[in-house]
Amino acid sequence: MCNLWRTRISLSSRLNNMKPIALNGHERAITRVRYNPEGDLLFSCAKDIHPTVWFALNGERLGTYEGHTGAVWCLDVNWDTSKVLTGAGDNSCRLWDCETGKCINTFDTKSAVRTCGFTYSGNTLFYSTDKAMGNMCQIFLYDVRDPQQMKDNDPYLKIPVTTPKVTSAIASGLDKYILTGHEDGSLVKWQMETGEKIHSVQEHSRQVIDVQPSKNSKMVITASKDNTAKMFDADTLELLKTYKTERPVNSAAISPNKDHVVLGGGQEAMDVTTTSSRIGKFDARFFHLIFEEEFGRVKGHFGPINSLAYSPDGMGYTSGGEDGYVRIHTFDAQFHEFEFEY
Amino acid sequence: MCTTKMAEGSVEKDRQSSRKMDRSHENAPNEVDQNGEEIEPNFSDPEDYVDDVKDDELLGDILKQRPQKAIGSDSVIVVDNIPNVGQDRLPKLKNVIRRIFSKFGDISTEHYPDDNGVTKGFIFLEFSSPANAIEAAKQMNGYRLDKTHTFSVNLFSDIDKYTQIDDKWEPPKPQPYKDFGNLRFWLQEPDCNDQYSVIFDGGEKTAIFMNTSTEASVVEERKQWTETYVRWSPQGNYLSTFHHRGIALWGGPKFEQIKRFAHPGVQLIDFSPCERYLVTFSPLIDVRDDPQAIIIWDVQTGKKKRGFHCESAAHWPIFKWNHDGKYFAKQSQDTLSIYETPSFGLMEKKSMKITEIRDFGWSPADNILAYWVPEVNESPARVTLVEIPSRKELRAKTLYNVADCKIHWQKQGDYLGVKVDRYTNKNKKVSIWNFELFRIREKQIPVDQVELKETITAFAWEPTGSRFCCLHGEAPRISASFYKIHEKGKVELVKTLERKQANCIFWAPTGQFVVLAGLRSMNGTFEFIDAGDMTSMNQTEHFMATDLEWDPTGRYVITGVSWWSHKVDNAYWVWSFQGRLLQKCNRDRFCQLLWRPRPASLLTDKHLKDLKKNMKTYSKQFELKDRMSHSKASKELIEKRQQMLDEFNSFRQRLQEQYEEERQLRMELRDGVDTDCMYAGEEEEEEVIEFFVGEEIIEVNEFEGE
Repeated sequence: MCNLWRTRISLSSRLNNMKPIALNGHERAITRVRYNPEGDLLFSCAKDIHPTVWFALNGERLGTYEGHTGAVWCLDVNWDTSKVLTGAGDNSCRLWDCETGKCINTFDTKSAVRTCGFTYSGNTLFYSTDKAMGNMCQIFLYDVRDPQQMKDNDPYLKIPVTTPKVTSAIASGLDKYILTGHEDGSLVKWQMETGEKIHSVQEHSRQVIDVQPSKNSKMVITASKDNTAKMFDADTLELLKTYKTERPVNSAAISPNKDHVVLGGGQEAMDVTTTSSRIGKFDARFFHLIFEEEFGRVKGHFGPINSLAYSPDGMGYTSGGEDGYVRIHTFDAQFHEFEFEY
Repeated sequence: MCTTKMAEGSVEKDRQSSRKMDRSHENAPNEVDQNGEEIEPNFSDPEDYVDDVKDDELLGDILKQRPQKAIGSDSVIVVDNIPNVGQDRLPKLKNVIRRIFSKFGDISTEHYPDDNGVTKGFIFLEFSSPANAIEAAKQMNGYRLDKTHTFSVNLFSDIDKYTQIDDKWEPPKPQPYKDFGNLRFWLQEPDCNDQYSVIFDGGEKTAIFMNTSTEASVVEERKQWTETYVRWSPQGNYLSTFHHRGIALWGGPKFEQIKRFAHPGVQLIDFSPCERYLVTFSPLIDVRDDPQAIIIWDVQTGKKKRGFHCESAAHWPIFKWNHDGKYFAKQSQDTLSIYETPSFGLMEKKSMKITEIRDFGWSPADNILAYWVPEVNESPARVTLVEIPSRKELRAKTLYNVADCKIHWQKQGDYLGVKVDRYTNKNKKVSIWNFELFRIREKQIPVDQVELKETITAFAWEPTGSRFCCLHGEAPRISASFYKIHEKGKVELVKTLERKQANCIFWAPTGQFVVLAGLRSMNGTFEFIDAGDMTSMNQTEHFMATDLEWDPTGRYVITGVSWWSHKVDNAYWVWSFQGRLLQKCNRDRFCQLLWRPRPASLLTDKHLKDLKKNMKTYSKQFELKDRMSHSKASKELIEKRQQMLDEFNSFRQRLQEQYEEERQLRMELRDGVDTDCMYAGEEEEEEVIEFFVGEEIIEVNEFEGE
């Protein structure tokens, strides 16, 4: 697996395979699904303690990363697929060797780790903690190249967040910024070197649960409990597009090769027991990136979708739901042929 | 008259003298002051002081209690329009008058002026107290003694007052007529599109839309237009809005306010079918002497016509109007009270005594009224048809073992269907359900009977025909049966559709088409049926729909999920009469949708026949028009999209340029590896990909082997 980042998968076998692969490897609700940049591996984490890596092509389980003792909330993989970072409710963030599954380092925190990620170069990693038990929400930044920092649990920068807590975050702008989505619906851009808050916008009225970049990282899409997903210019944070639904949106992703976005969500988990799956609207919903019009839905989950990811080649997508399933979908020919009239 | 004037004069004199006395008192301390010591503050008025403080201001409360000279004429009333009778019948007349007026108090004197022994048509009555006289004048004015004599009662003192009108008094000028434009302007819409009202945003906003074949256009939208809900008048001329202080009516091309009816706390309203009268109900205030729970108003003048008491508004409307607004009726314990307009008095001054009356209903086309009474003391239950105003019994049908009845008139008044729930003698449990079908237009009104062995959950006549539909059975075994009444023939069961998920029947206003709907608890399932040949045109659903409304022309159906009963997915969908979904309108916290009714068509039967005959030529025109509007709409949409696309692409171009410029930086950050092409998937990279695929196969095999 050492050369995994260079391996490519023949795409032809994926076409015309309309049936999704349902991965039933987690015992609890899925919290995050993520492809590595090549798209051959799929990572998932859930409210159980076993972050998992799969072959994206056939859904075979490659292995799990063992060590956490609480729900794993977030996961990221660096650009060369050598390291995996996970953050959990057991008050720790762990860095793993992707191939061997060995825990390289454990960052102990005072409260649950809500978001984590690598920068473009993979030289810096960050994570944010929840505001809980008298501890404030903070963003921690480490230089991966400096073993001392990790060993001593001594980040080169701590950014205290005085505004409502961080609920989603990604690195942006080629190792320069971190973009964070907050509980109050605001989107904030932080200077990574100094921890300075550069820019803040509030376009959502409720919690921003997910932020994902476009392929070239020049735009980001946010998913919010206010039933919308919105697309922003990653640099200026200018609002570009809004995609409206009738249900909380838990995750949204931008297609790498088409003018499409996919939204996932549904009735909030706590209300689901009282409503049928039909009313919950747990479908993945496809919108045209520019026209903001919905053009397709994919059913399947029987709980809200918590996380969505486009495969890096744009030929399929994966969703992880509150129902504990990870579903790998491959677009069929009909989907590829569909075009809006303009 | 003389006495009054004198009395007033003397009072005035008294006032003046008392005033003089007051003045002298006021002056007294001043004198003392002038002569007194200097330390005392000077209370005296300046020399040019004019005393303009009136006694009323200083001791008004005491002055009010000052004894007043009783004026005898205050207790006297004048009654006009008394029958002119000779001496022989005078005692009888006096008896009648005494009987009518003595309920307001003791009549101390009465005077019947006569002209050669014949009464002059007016009398004077004196009561023992002025209060009695006032009450009598208020309540008996307009009292109908018989057909030709309606009393006009006035206080004698009023007559005195009005004969001495100030010379300067000018009669109030008639208010200038305010033109609200053509109230029926919406009917002149060239494409005959209909309007509907929508309340959304949880009641914050109300809008009027015009339904078109593509997308509905807003006619008017206002914030806080109503506080609760809205109602259209039956012919669509007015939109009524509810406010804490009363009802407002809106209309005309700009939806200007046409009238207001002040009735604090109004909750329910009802229009007479002719739109001439409005009935409002408020539970807030009701005074025993002055009934205000229910008020009937004249829509055109805005005047209150009559107030009524109301014990309970559980069965609204309490007053049921006949088809032309000439009569309205109310049932109460053992009585049916029919009132007539415009006098708003009881028809022929007496109610109909009907022991144990349970329910009644007017024919929608004739002055016929149907009511039913249950079994009382061994006498069987009865359904009776009465002609108004003659009160002639047209038909009565005796029924046995009746538990309950429901009266359903067909819209054109051709048929009356009475749904009867009956029990068997053995266990007193309801186990037989049947219809009594009255053919109103045929001689002696024959009655047919249809019996069913299952509970009937819904019944509806085709509005313009001789068919009816009923839903029967328990869920999930609900069947829909269609019957047809043949002229002078039998009642035929046309078809029974089994296992339907439905709890409501909605006929198109023009007949033939019907929607069986499973609303609310049945999750919003619909079946569109053509009753002409009994084909199911479409089976569909609008999940959790709470309401269904046919447009007044029978072309469209709108289903809605109202925020009032369901908190998510509030929207309304527009369907064609065949059940084809045309539009989905999601409106945040959508509450209520009502089509604007249309007045009755002016076309004669012959016109309609001709229209139907030449349908093909007309339909061609309309199809062409529809196609044009659709292509226009799609053209507009495409233009809009094209613009969005152009804008976004130019924006994206800028981002892409930035991206290209950063290429070097990206390479540096990733140890000189160019990862851009790695996930670009571009054609030229294909070779590289294939090279590595070979390596991959080996690795996968390895894993598969494990």
